[in-house]
Amino acid sequence: MQTKDLISFMIKKSIRIATLLVALCLISFLLIYMSPIDPVQAYIGADMMRVGQEQRARIAEHWGLDRPPLQQFMKWAASVVKGDFGTSMIYRRPVLEVIGKRFASSLVLMGAAWLLSGLLGFILGVLAAMKEGTWVDRLVKWYCLTLASTPTFWVGLLLLIVFAVWLGWFPIGLGVPAGVLAEALTVGQYIKHLILPAITLSIIGVANVALHTRQKLLDVLSSDYVLFARARGEKGIVLFWRHGLRNIAIPAITLQFTSFSELFGGAVLAEQVFSYPGLGQTTVQAGLRGDVPLLLGIVIFSALFVFTGNLIADLIYVLVDPRIRQGGAL
Amino acid sequence: MINTTDTNTRPSSGILTMMGLNRRQRTIITTAVIGILLLSIILGGLLLSNERITTNLEARNQAPSFSHPFGTDWLGRDMLTRTIKGLTLSIFVGLIAAAISTIIALVLGIAAATMGNRVDTIVTWLVDLFMSIPHLVALILIAVALGGGMRGVVIGVALTHWPSLTRVVRGEVLQLRSTEYVQISRRMGKSRWWIAAQHIVPHLIPQMLVGLVLLFSHAILHEASITFLGFGLSPHQPAIGIILSESMRYLSVGMWWLAFFPGLSLLIIVRLFDILGDNLRKLMDPYNAHS
Repeated sequence: MQTKDLISFMIKKSIRIATLLVALCLISFLLIYMSPIDPVQAYIGADMMRVGQEQRARIAEHWGLDRPPLQQFMKWAASVVKGDFGTSMIYRRPVLEVIGKRFASSLVLMGAAWLLSGLLGFILGVLAAMKEGTWVDRLVKWYCLTLASTPTFWVGLLLLIVFAVWLGWFPIGLGVPAGVLAEALTVGQYIKHLILPAITLSIIGVANVALHTRQKLLDVLSSDYVLFARARGEKGIVLFWRHGLRNIAIPAITLQFTSFSELFGGAVLAEQVFSYPGLGQTTVQAGLRGDVPLLLGIVIFSALFVFTGNLIADLIYVLVDPRIRQGGAL
Repeated sequence: MINTTDTNTRPSSGILTMMGLNRRQRTIITTAVIGILLLSIILGGLLLSNERITTNLEARNQAPSFSHPFGTDWLGRDMLTRTIKGLTLSIFVGLIAAAISTIIALVLGIAAATMGNRVDTIVTWLVDLFMSIPHLVALILIAVALGGGMRGVVIGVALTHWPSLTRVVRGEVLQLRSTEYVQISRRMGKSRWWIAAQHIVPHLIPQMLVGLVLLFSHAILHEASITFLGFGLSPHQPAIGIILSESMRYLSVGMWWLAFFPGLSLLIIVRLFDILGDNLRKLMDPYNAHS
């Protein structure tokens, strides 16, 4: 019964994700098709003057650019299904290879920021709720609400001013020091270049987790079983450990997994500020320079990334929470 | 979206409490003060002459001083004037985009809740579709498709901010539909339109107003982000995103004021809009008003 439920849940999810992905591909393709970018010009780039009219027409014909949009889409979709996203015009490499390489370095950045913001946000939320109404609570709330209205990239700029320019602790921008090959980078240097972007990126996530955790814990603290526990003399850390933690941990973890969308968007900004060579910076480059295959590839990839996060969050609820696992209607 | 419902903190509530005002009166006063402040910034941006932001090489690279509170940049332009003009532009872009988003949310939300299962499925599917890619990636995609510029930013921001509000509207209408007075109206033979106009829309208007103000702050932040990345307004326009992305080239030589003050101003504006939205919600929610 249980596994059967799980399987039907997974099948339903997969169908939904599949329809959304197909629609997303179609819409993105049509949007780019309508855009003023001339794919031939974007491909040739600086050599534009040396390429004749006839040659341009031949390139267009080679790519099937002279055919109606729906036919072009079908051709593109057919190769995407086979795993061929085309060739990036900026990097002159297969799109999947570029995305894979860039995503690997983004993943380190996003992973570090994700863990940091989750832990910090959870701790702040717990502190605020346990000390409800005191100055600690007010401070945490004020901090979170202010952070929620702060532009990410501005925080990055401030960190850059203070820690890189004034204190000189960290390098200014660039994922790799000048004159050093990316492969020759030591782990120490790498971490040094990672710290500021990771802190910048983690700052956005803190507010969300902290405010939700605070609210959840307040709900738990006003429940009958906590009242009973208090009547027996439990308080402070013991009370939190026995009755609070388990009830608020799962919502906080799932919330963290559903924040992949903001995480990706934040990474775009943080990487741009610190010139960190990840997928975010590549997204900006692809957009600014009209690299259509790469941009479409990134759009689809980012959607998969967000879906993965949401799916994990759903699965955690189904698998970990004993109340949901035992089934039955609520 | 961050949930800000549980805030009880209000700026300057201490002084106003001492004056013997109750919570509702305090909220009204804070709201009015914020409204006047925001209006004066818009007026300032419109009325300030362009004289102070023309190139003036004698006064370039100056740190903040009495005559230039926010300092000057490498062309001698006054940063305070540039910031206020940039904020005004941001507020306008935000207002247009948030208004369009709110209208989309209202139409889709009501349609989903009242026009049967099929429409509901389509609308929820659309909401899921727009939420399935990172917000910033969607903005970049739309901005690229429209060739950037002011038009690209406004349309991009307007087309990506409605999903969360649509969910709220849909939930609200579903709830209203099952209330007793709506059921009674229906039994008494009132038409769907009559019920919608008399019972549902009046409840939604305050929700919409609050939603508009809260969307506004998101819209402004996204406008600044996308402009900062280089997809938005052209470099000639005094936008906060442009100012901040230009400042990056001068940070390493220690010109911190180029980034600090414009960003801080943006933060304060967004925060003010958030407080404004929260206060409006409190004033319009009859259950909360007198507590």
